[in-house]
Amino acid sequence: MLELRDVDTYYGTIQALRNVSLSIGDGEIVTLIGANGAGKSTTLMTICGILHPRHGEVLLDGEPIHTLPPNAIVRRGISQVPEGRLIFPDMTVQENLDLGAFLRTDEAGIRQDMEYVFSLFPILAERRRQTGGTLSGGEQQMLAISRALMGRPRILLLDEPSLGLAPIIISQIFEIIRKVNENGVTVFLVEQNANQALRIAHRGYVMENGRIVMEDSADKLLSSPQVRRAYLGM
Amino acid sequence: MIDELLYFLELFFGGLTRGSIYALIALGYTLVYGIIELINFAHGEIYMIGAFTALIVAGVLGIYGFPAVAILVIASLAAVIWAAAYGFTVEKVAYKPLRGASRLSPLISAIGMSIFLQNYVILAQTSDFVPFPQLLPDLPFLEHIGYIMGPSDFIILVTSTLTMVSLTLFIRYSRMGKAMRATAQNRTMALLLGIDANKVISLTFIIGSGLAAIGGVLIASHMGQVNFAIGFLAGLKAFTAAVLGGIGSVPGAMVGGIVLGLCESFTTGYFSGDYEDVLAFGMLVLILIFRPDGILGKAKVQKV
Ligand SMILES: Nc1ncnc2c1ncn2[C@@H]1O[C@H](COP(=O)(O)OP(=O)(O)OP(=O)(O)O)[C@@H](O)[C@H]1O
Ligand SMILES: [Mg+2]
Repeated sequence: MLELRDVDTYYGTIQALRNVSLSIGDGEIVTLIGANGAGKSTTLMTICGILHPRHGEVLLDGEPIHTLPPNAIVRRGISQVPEGRLIFPDMTVQENLDLGAFLRTDEAGIRQDMEYVFSLFPILAERRRQTGGTLSGGEQQMLAISRALMGRPRILLLDEPSLGLAPIIISQIFEIIRKVNENGVTVFLVEQNANQALRIAHRGYVMENGRIVMEDSADKLLSSPQVRRAYLGM
Repeated sequence: MIDELLYFLELFFGGLTRGSIYALIALGYTLVYGIIELINFAHGEIYMIGAFTALIVAGVLGIYGFPAVAILVIASLAAVIWAAAYGFTVEKVAYKPLRGASRLSPLISAIGMSIFLQNYVILAQTSDFVPFPQLLPDLPFLEHIGYIMGPSDFIILVTSTLTMVSLTLFIRYSRMGKAMRATAQNRTMALLLGIDANKVISLTFIIGSGLAAIGGVLIASHMGQVNFAIGFLAGLKAFTAAVLGGIGSVPGAMVGGIVLGLCESFTTGYFSGDYEDVLAFGMLVLILIFRPDGILGKAKVQKV
């Protein structure tokens, strides 16, 4: 449903993505793994229309979306949980969630989704009136995921959701990602935590220096000697 | 003793009146700064254009014999709408093309815009002071306290309070108000949620300009005259107020305006009026040196 074809993205004169092609099918969990600076976040920002590719195209259901502004892309059902979570620190948990549904007008659906995210993360319901900046790192990540879900996306993009979290919280978050996917949301998961990511993903891509260097089913990547050496520390 | 108390109250209310006008204008600086980190130096001119618009509309309506209150309302509305249109256009013409450029470029553009608007008003209108019609009604119930608070003080205080309360409610509870706060706190994240940053920026200029126009009409009615340069000094004072309260902070602009107004009023009343402007700009320099975040501003801390 989502496809990148030969995408080159630049920051000024610095080229961050080189000829990136990948595809994410309906209902899949696809992961993108790679070291620091590989170009993973750049890939997500290019999909969301924050950055625009200089060459190549981004297609959603076969339609090019890479020239559209971010709001048009969100409207088409793509939500991102960005690196560093980017919670609005001076707004309450409730307001952060409200903003997740910014483009929606179906009050009943919004209320239903609010219940849904509170059922996924009951702690957020307790923290409703607290400002985002006062939440712990794990709670902020839960809020960031919930905020993205409030847009009722068809595709959820996650940028290193495990970053800086305790192992127990990481497992919890990955469990939720799996659950969300089972409820019909396609997931594109960027991770450095290759082990965890490949365990819940169906397929994966490996990125190095702005290029896709490997692509396979998650099982094959998990057992590939190259991946084991470079990303699993074995 | 009673005399001293009355004099104190007179200065106090005079300061509040003056301060609430500063606050109205300061809000425009702070809102724009909060969203795009630009000091909109043409903001004082928008305030001046608001006052001129009211003057012209009031003049025309006066010829047709409209009652004073109707003139006041219509002229104020026209001033708000016209000034908002100017604010909107200034952003599109002078700042939007420079987004992504170094921070100095839009600042220079802002100063250029300010000079342009002043000269435009000189050419289109006049460089002389023009008498401003007495639009604010007399309020008989103020008669026995007229010594400490006149009708125009009262109207200015009530109007600016209502305006600021409405603004606060708008920013806090409305959909676009939340979008404004979100954009101010993290532009990229706001974009990722589908918030149209261009719309938010335009809206910010429109609101800031409308508030300045309200201030312009009120103070022009109070003073009884306007000219092309009134925006310059008022703009600088309001900017001082915004910095004093903490630039980027909405309650800060309100508090900063009031504090500056009170300080000016008391210094003038107890010492001498000669130092009124020196005081404001001395304060500006001291705040910038010792407490650049202002009274209510805070250093940006973000948990990652
Ligand atoms: N705003 C920017 N301006 C210039 N170069 C940038 C910018 N953002 C990223 N880059 C460069 O683009 C390349 C890819 O960065 P990107 O953030 O996409 O990597 P990443 O794979 O997400 O890394 P990490 O795992 O550390 O988050 C890096 O070389 C980086 O220095
Ligand atoms: Mg990254």
